Amino acid sequence: MTQIELRGVQKFFGAVQVIKDLNLKIADNEFIVLLGQSGCGKTTTLRAIAGLETIDEGDIFIDGKPVQHLKAADRDIAMVFQSFSLYPHMSVYENIAFPLRATRKSKTEIDSEVRSVAKTLQITDLLDKKPSALSGGDMQRVAIGRALVRRPKAMLMDEPIGALDAKLREEMRAEIKRLHIKQGSTTIYVTHDQIEAMSLADRIVIMHAGVLQQVGTPDEVYSQPANLFVAQFVGSPVMNVTDAAVAETGSAVSVTVGGAASGFEFPQALLSKLNGHAGRQLALGIRPEGVLIRREATEGFVPVDTHIVEPLGSFDIVDLKVGTELLRARTKSGFVAGPGERVFARIDPTQAHFFDKASGKSLEVRL
Amino acid sequence: MAAVQTSGERALNKVAIVAVLLVTIIFLAPIYWIVSTSFKPRNLATTIPPTVMFEPTISPFVKLFTKRSQLRSPPSAEEYAAAPWWERVVFDGGEKIVRDGKGQVQWSGYPSRFLNSLIIAITSTVLAVGMGTFTAYGFSRFKVKGEADLLFFILSTRMLPAVVVAIPMFLMYRAVGLNDTHLGLIILYTAFNLSFSVWLMKGFMDEIPKEYEEAALVDGYTRMEAFFKIVLPEAATGIAATAVFCFITAWNEYAFALIMTNRRAQTAPPFIPSQVGSGLPDWTVIASGTFLFLLPVAIFTFLLRNHLLRGMSFGAIRK
Repeated sequence: MTQIELRGVQKFFGAVQVIKDLNLKIADNEFIVLLGQSGCGKTTTLRAIAGLETIDEGDIFIDGKPVQHLKAADRDIAMVFQSFSLYPHMSVYENIAFPLRATRKSKTEIDSEVRSVAKTLQITDLLDKKPSALSGGDMQRVAIGRALVRRPKAMLMDEPIGALDAKLREEMRAEIKRLHIKQGSTTIYVTHDQIEAMSLADRIVIMHAGVLQQVGTPDEVYSQPANLFVAQFVGSPVMNVTDAAVAETGSAVSVTVGGAASGFEFPQALLSKLNGHAGRQLALGIRPEGVLIRREATEGFVPVDTHIVEPLGSFDIVDLKVGTELLRARTKSGFVAGPGERVFARIDPTQAHFFDKASGKSLEVRL
Repeated sequence: MAAVQTSGERALNKVAIVAVLLVTIIFLAPIYWIVSTSFKPRNLATTIPPTVMFEPTISPFVKLFTKRSQLRSPPSAEEYAAAPWWERVVFDGGEKIVRDGKGQVQWSGYPSRFLNSLIIAITSTVLAVGMGTFTAYGFSRFKVKGEADLLFFILSTRMLPAVVVAIPMFLMYRAVGLNDTHLGLIILYTAFNLSFSVWLMKGFMDEIPKEYEEAALVDGYTRMEAFFKIVLPEAATGIAATAVFCFITAWNEYAFALIMTNRRAQTAPPFIPSQVGSGLPDWTVIASGTFLFLLPVAIFTFLLRNHLLRGMSFGAIRK
């Protein structure tokens, strides 16, 4: 049972504020992913929780007890580093046993716990090897084993698979998830890779420039981004964001993109949902799968020309020229032959997002 | 990538090998000279041209460790027969070993000088490397105010030639009674080596990723424990290299030892040449003294060769 709470945490490096008033509650057994670009303060946050970094203001609670004045050794937290940080002069066995030796446990106890962790991670045959003789994936397993063996209150992982190649990363991602389900410990995982975040997290915490942007389940941050940063950071291929003008046309509403001759048709409800924001500077966000394409003229679809086609195997990304803007649409592979083709597009109103351009905040329009 | 060598490269390789051999011969020639002289009978030591083929004798080493006097007349047959083998080789050279009233062999000054050298060089090396390692760790891992200035100050202690400070040091040492003491030379050599040790160890400490200690800190260890359990083993290579350099400096130091010591704490370097002046120089004894004096450094370096050659942390961290 481990809850972690950050309350009003602030951190400065000299004059630069790297964490700005961070508030976050992490429940027992939860898998939290801190997601953001490099330099957004996510690793500093993790290190502050671990006790490797002091904070300038605020409180960090573990199980309700403030820990910001405790040394790392006294917080009973384990950490997996991006560099793995296996002690090179020790064997794999010694590496995993190292945290247990700090607890003054008996030799037989240590031995049985090391072997049981090694069995879980399927690294029993590596126990006698030195870290330098291991592959990247095995190093990572050993690093996780060293973190797990003490049964810490919480596991912190700082881009643990960032140093691996793409295929191995995918394997290890699944393994970490499997392990979390099996062991069930509160985990905080830092990454800049949104696919990792989406696939692993119970909840994702998105940070930018030291400020928390949104906390939510992978589905929430994907389908209900709180602001333009989250909208464009989460999801691949990235969401289209363009300036949009909303106008009433009789029974429907037209949303014009890039000053095009004809706007996209939206239901009347949009106006009321925009709640007076219609006249302001708006940004329309639409994921490529929300841009629908037909090859023949269809009611409610606007004629557009294709620009560039990126075949990605299971699907294509097609750039559509809409006025002065380009909208990226996701189509079945081979649906559009090439550039310069005339097709018909519309925006799926249920997948459209509207943002206030000035503040970048979502207007929470759900159609 | 196994590239195919061109004939030009092969020729260049051969030239390089010849050059390396030549340099090696030039460097090893004096050592060969010392070693061969230390096994020569006295009358062959100074022949021109030098004697290359000779029957080796152990007598220079016996003479090195004992007090001797010139034989006025050859020993009697009984005296010669009763003498142990090592005394006979001295008789053969026209000298005899001095014995006290009880017939005990009188030792020369060399063993005690050699022991002094060992005590002073080892102690000062341990102190310099130990303090240097801690200091370097502090500079490497913590924010120290005025770090660059402090490091420069430490280095600046090496900027004066030793001879320049020798006279003031001598006067200071005399005033506090450190003249001709082991402690005096140990302090001197430690101070002299410390700056070097700090700078060298700082380089090695900077190379050790700080994640190792952070991992240990999170694993439940204090910083001190992390230092001893993780940092020190990782720094072993650097410590070994630094120790070799400090030891060689302290072992070979001549100027201060000559000025600061004369008997009790005298080290081997000022003692060996002082033997040249007593009576006719016996070059074989000087050569054997020098040869034995070379051995500890050679052995020390040989024992630490693996540490000197191999980077321990290779491949254990991914960057």
